[in-house]
Amino acid sequence: MVLTPEQEHPNKAFGWAARDSSGVLSPLKFSRRKTGEKDVRFKVLYCGICHSDLHMVKNEWGSSVYPLIPGHEIVGVVTEVGSKVQKFKVGDKVGVGCMVGSCHSCDSCNNHLENYCPKMILTYGTRNLDGTITYGGYSDIMVADEHFIVRIPDNLPLDGAAPLLCAGITTYSPLRYFGLDKPGMHVGVVGLGGLGHLAVKFAKAMGVKVTVISTSPNKKEEAIEHLHADSFLVSRDQDQMQAAMGTLDGIIDTVSALHPLLPLIGLLKSHGKLVMVGAPEKPLELPVFPLLMGRKIVGGSCIGGMKETQEMIDFSAKHKITADIEVIPIDYLNTAMERLVKADVRYRFVIDIGNTLISSS
Amino acid sequence: MAISPEEHPQKAFGWAARDSSGILSPFRFSRRENADDDVTIKVLYCGVCHSDLHFAKNDWGFTNYPVVPGHEIVGVVTKTGNNVDKFKVGDRVGVGVIVGSCMKCETCQQDLENYCPRTIFTYNSHYHDQTKTYGGYSDIIVVHHRYVLRFPDNLAPDAGAPLLCAGITVYSPMKYYGMTEPGKHLGVAGLGGLGHIAVKIGKAFGLKVTVISSSPAKEDEATRRLGADSFLLLSDPAKLKGAMGTMDYIIDTVSAVHALAPLIGLLKLNGKLVTVGLPNKPLELPIFPLVLGRKLVGGSDIGGVKETQEMLDFCAKHNITSDIELIHMDYINTAMERLAKSDVRYRFVIDVASSLTQ
Repeated sequence: MVLTPEQEHPNKAFGWAARDSSGVLSPLKFSRRKTGEKDVRFKVLYCGICHSDLHMVKNEWGSSVYPLIPGHEIVGVVTEVGSKVQKFKVGDKVGVGCMVGSCHSCDSCNNHLENYCPKMILTYGTRNLDGTITYGGYSDIMVADEHFIVRIPDNLPLDGAAPLLCAGITTYSPLRYFGLDKPGMHVGVVGLGGLGHLAVKFAKAMGVKVTVISTSPNKKEEAIEHLHADSFLVSRDQDQMQAAMGTLDGIIDTVSALHPLLPLIGLLKSHGKLVMVGAPEKPLELPVFPLLMGRKIVGGSCIGGMKETQEMIDFSAKHKITADIEVIPIDYLNTAMERLVKADVRYRFVIDIGNTLISSS
Repeated sequence: MAISPEEHPQKAFGWAARDSSGILSPFRFSRRENADDDVTIKVLYCGVCHSDLHFAKNDWGFTNYPVVPGHEIVGVVTKTGNNVDKFKVGDRVGVGVIVGSCMKCETCQQDLENYCPRTIFTYNSHYHDQTKTYGGYSDIIVVHHRYVLRFPDNLAPDAGAPLLCAGITVYSPMKYYGMTEPGKHLGVAGLGGLGHIAVKIGKAFGLKVTVISSSPAKEDEATRRLGADSFLLLSDPAKLKGAMGTMDYIIDTVSAVHALAPLIGLLKLNGKLVTVGLPNKPLELPIFPLVLGRKLVGGSDIGGVKETQEMLDFCAKHNITSDIELIHMDYINTAMERLAKSDVRYRFVIDVASSLTQ
């Protein structure tokens, strides 16, 4: 007999789920597992809305299993810890990002790269070890293995910190890995949205000169005045792009719509690096000549491991970096999703779970 | 006023293509006077690079006819300028793809003349005096000493000629992208002029080498003759699947338009695919696998002069030369036709000194 989401586990839980590929979300009673000896259970206070949540509720990647409770930018306060938990205690402010499990024995796991483990378990929409599907942070409580919990320092406001758990690590990790974090370097950020605005903040905190590259001229003021980018390029303006050719050490490309790579490769200096963190579903055209002639690279990066995620949170606390957010009540969720489709948010919606999601307990 | 090919004082003779048919034929031209910084070289051998074919036929759209190709040149010094102390008459030397650069920019200062915005190529470029450069399908060449390589004595001058382009083209990215850790696994896509040298250099670095090809006939060649550890046939889905995520790096030497997706799939986490072939159209790049595996696709273009010398010395130490078919100058058009069909194992080399007659 197939158990319902409410019957699977012993502890009641409540959240909002999409039930089909219309992507419309509505209340769902479900359940969480008992707090195991290595588990941390926390009351969810805030959860960021990542663009991936939108892709998943609408089954745009073809892998969605319904009912689907999204949310992988989750922060809250610890309410219970298992007997073997060492790093956290009740009352601690914590967060969970995109992962809640991995194999702990492969090369990737041994090198703090759980995000690349072939058996990595995503926070939502993936089959857990016990066969049940994982449910995300649009819910009142979370239970996760201590290994996948990060501590949120006291001086980071919880609502603004939530998006760091996905958007933050997604842009921080490649700046470090691809060596685009040296003071004096010049890095471009393509796309000024949830990922892009955090890329600008991290790069500036690392002492890097930043140019925002966008299709929308009206984002210029935001980019320069508010986010303190050093300059702004309108990607459709051929003259501006031409004048900036060969000026960038690297580019973090956050755009997941289809877009041409050739002009971006042209902006790179020799030996420059174009790093994709947005993932268009269809292949893009790669012009080989300019890649060769300048010994340039196009690379990709996907979130980050747990050690680096904690490092990123601590870096953010030190440099007072949080996301620019619009806090919403849970019943605004579907409207927020519609606005997100049109990129009508500056720059992340964060659901006020603690105050607006009626708890199951 | 157009400058005639006979604008310089030293008479020279070679073979040139005059139009996009790509057919080469005898061509009288001239070389500049040997200036204080120059070396005059009698050409002994010149490799036939696939780029020579592309330029002869104007495949890339910027050939300036008449073009005398050839940038894998081995010869003997016949004259040196007053400022030249690295070379003396009688020395065996090489000239590769570059004969000049600005010498002042940061890139040139870092011995990366190949990435200088004002690189002067051995042929089809304009020199500092605005005259055209002509390549090694010719009897003599005059080159600034900075761009002349010392050709090691123990390397055969005919079989070693292709190292000047094909050799440095695969050696440079192997160093730059860190493909030199013994025990790591290198894939070499394409087994031609570039690919076969990549296999030899890869083995000399202590790597495990797999040749990746769409021609089953190359398996024996790859493993028995060239010493590759294994061979992967791209059109065999079972073998391809079994090899996914097993390679630390891949050198992609294929210059036809081809699929990158299977090659990216063959890479391990953090794997690097470096393309050194020059397809004339963009390739399709799937982004998801790059992101999910933190992989990268990079390019590389020959190498600087210092690194080219390092490569030659490395090849001399490890006895690495190209597998060649030595031809006479008047066979060149047939050779070009065969090259277009990849019908050569693996480089034609023109015996210029013995066969280039006026």
